Amino acid sequence: MGWAIALHGGAGDIPLSLPAERRAPREATLRHCLELGVAALKANRPPLDVVELVVRELENSPCFNAGKGSVLTTNGTVEMEACIMDGNTKKCGAVSGLSTVVNAISLARLVMERTPHIYLAFDGAEAFAREQVKTMGVETAHSSHFITTENVERLKNAKEAKRVQIDYTQPIKGAIPSTKGDSQIGTVGCVAVDGHGILASATSTGGLVNKMVGRIGDTPIIGAGTYANSYCAVSATGKGESIIQATVARDVAALMEYKGLSLKEAAAYVIERTPKGNVGLVAVSANGEVTMPFNTTGMFRACATEDGYSEIGIWPSGINDDLEYPNK
Amino acid sequence: MVGWAIAVHGGAGVDPGLPVERQEEARRVLERCLRVGAAGLRAGLPAVDVVEMVVRELETDPVFNSGRGSALTRKGTVEMEASIMDGHGRRCGAVSGLTTVKNPVSLARLVMDRSPHSYLAFDGAEEFAREQALQGVEVVDNSYFITEESMSMLKRAKEANSIMYDYRVPAPGVDSASPGLEGAKVENGLLMNGLPISVYAPETVGCVVVDSNGWCAAATSTGGLMNKMSGRIGDSPLIGSGTYACSDCAVSCTGEGEAIIRSTLARDVAALVEYKGLSLQEAVDYAIKERLDEGMAGLIAVSRNGEVAYGFNTQGMFRGCATEDGFMEVSIW
Repeated sequence: MGWAIALHGGAGDIPLSLPAERRAPREATLRHCLELGVAALKANRPPLDVVELVVRELENSPCFNAGKGSVLTTNGTVEMEACIMDGNTKKCGAVSGLSTVVNAISLARLVMERTPHIYLAFDGAEAFAREQVKTMGVETAHSSHFITTENVERLKNAKEAKRVQIDYTQPIKGAIPSTKGDSQIGTVGCVAVDGHGILASATSTGGLVNKMVGRIGDTPIIGAGTYANSYCAVSATGKGESIIQATVARDVAALMEYKGLSLKEAAAYVIERTPKGNVGLVAVSANGEVTMPFNTTGMFRACATEDGYSEIGIWPSGINDDLEYPNK
Repeated sequence: MVGWAIAVHGGAGVDPGLPVERQEEARRVLERCLRVGAAGLRAGLPAVDVVEMVVRELETDPVFNSGRGSALTRKGTVEMEASIMDGHGRRCGAVSGLTTVKNPVSLARLVMDRSPHSYLAFDGAEEFAREQALQGVEVVDNSYFITEESMSMLKRAKEANSIMYDYRVPAPGVDSASPGLEGAKVENGLLMNGLPISVYAPETVGCVVVDSNGWCAAATSTGGLMNKMSGRIGDSPLIGSGTYACSDCAVSCTGEGEAIIRSTLARDVAALVEYKGLSLQEAVDYAIKERLDEGMAGLIAVSRNGEVAYGFNTQGMFRGCATEDGFMEVSIW
């Protein structure tokens, strides 16, 4: 037993040829967020606070597909969604269709703690955010805060390729090449457990490039992209539609509880049964174990455990490994 | 070949004081819908078509909290949601925040069949509905869905809420099973979602089916929680919470939405069958007993083997079932 934390910045077809100028800022952000999360756990902050603060940091970074840097809908707008779950009480909060809220994950937490509901979306969620501006310090911003030139470019490419892209996709033969070989960025998430076995999970995203207005993915759906109970905490990333039908996050926990699998076995089982190229996840167990499996080319990820292990990675171990960090 | 089976529900948590005529009316509607579904099954329709057809009937009838007759938001408007799942391939479709679409379950089906996504909501869902006009999607004014019944229920809910501070925050001196009750008038002492049971009409609707090929499907549709905040999404459109279907079984839930979501109730029943090897009824009983904590809910389920199971920890659930051997029943208590 002991604390453990894992976080991700999205799974997908991250090209091995990802140029250094695209790779370095993402790895730096992952490292920075990991350090923040570890420091908070060492300071005995509850896991629910830890996952929220880490995901806020990931949302504020333009490198990843959440908050600032969210991908765009077919109308060129942002519609952000997020979800947080407390494994101890199984209380949860979710939001969808946000366009002005700087930190969707924090609004999800407020839905959980300050309304009788679990999930608020679109105009209703925005209205709730405005009610909470003065009392709870919810920050809102103009859409220009969230929209980056990279994402405007991505939308243009997606429209030209006439497809909806998952977080990372194979380039289509003959299609207009995407910006500098970096076709996508990803959903973000964080899971954490403290020394008492208390678990929490949080996930946040801008969704799919060129998605239909009003499209909701797996992130805010409890049991699909996000889940935590007394066994484990899970945050998933990849093709939302596949994650929903496979109830990925819930299934990891259910396999542990109902089939007696270990965290690693349960997570691997779920990943293997989801179509290849579609999913990745990070998960921690009540015992302080960590697992970060994916069936995509890569997944931006980082983790650390109390016994001193830590890891930051993009591709499977052993590939392009020069940035894997040794035990601290 | 398996004997087909169909089950329907019209809401968990029934006011014992509900007038007999209303109870009879609800029974008649459930029976009629079962007959419609049974006819479809005898004609060889696949499970996913049957659940859609039956839930359309339930939405169209104003007796239940779906489509016409839906519960009202705080603003007195209707925001409907629904989901459908075909156990054959685990494909799914869901919609939320519909204000003009006559049959939400059919729009959910179109999301599944004719869009690259699984879930569309609010303006985007309404826009999709208009694009699908050629597929027979009917849109009407929001006022079509509002009935005298739902308006008077909203009034009662507002009165109850104005007395209660926050139904999840226990008032001092009141036990945790009845949060926020101090000073509230509570008929029969029965509460759901913190409101007196009389506020609830017959409720969310759902249908689960296993066809002669052993394929299962589920669909659920609702107007949601009476007096809800605009934008509030409940369990009904959430795959794994209110609705779930796989190769083993199909489940549709009803009751306190937040409790159903926290317990991912529909998926849990299927997971207990799939991963723990429980029978359908064992899985249903376990889920209701162990997964809901203080929450109140009910569900219907069918298995690939033609079994039907119900479970609820509420006082009553409008439900019914029919099986290929000619058995049919409708019950409330």
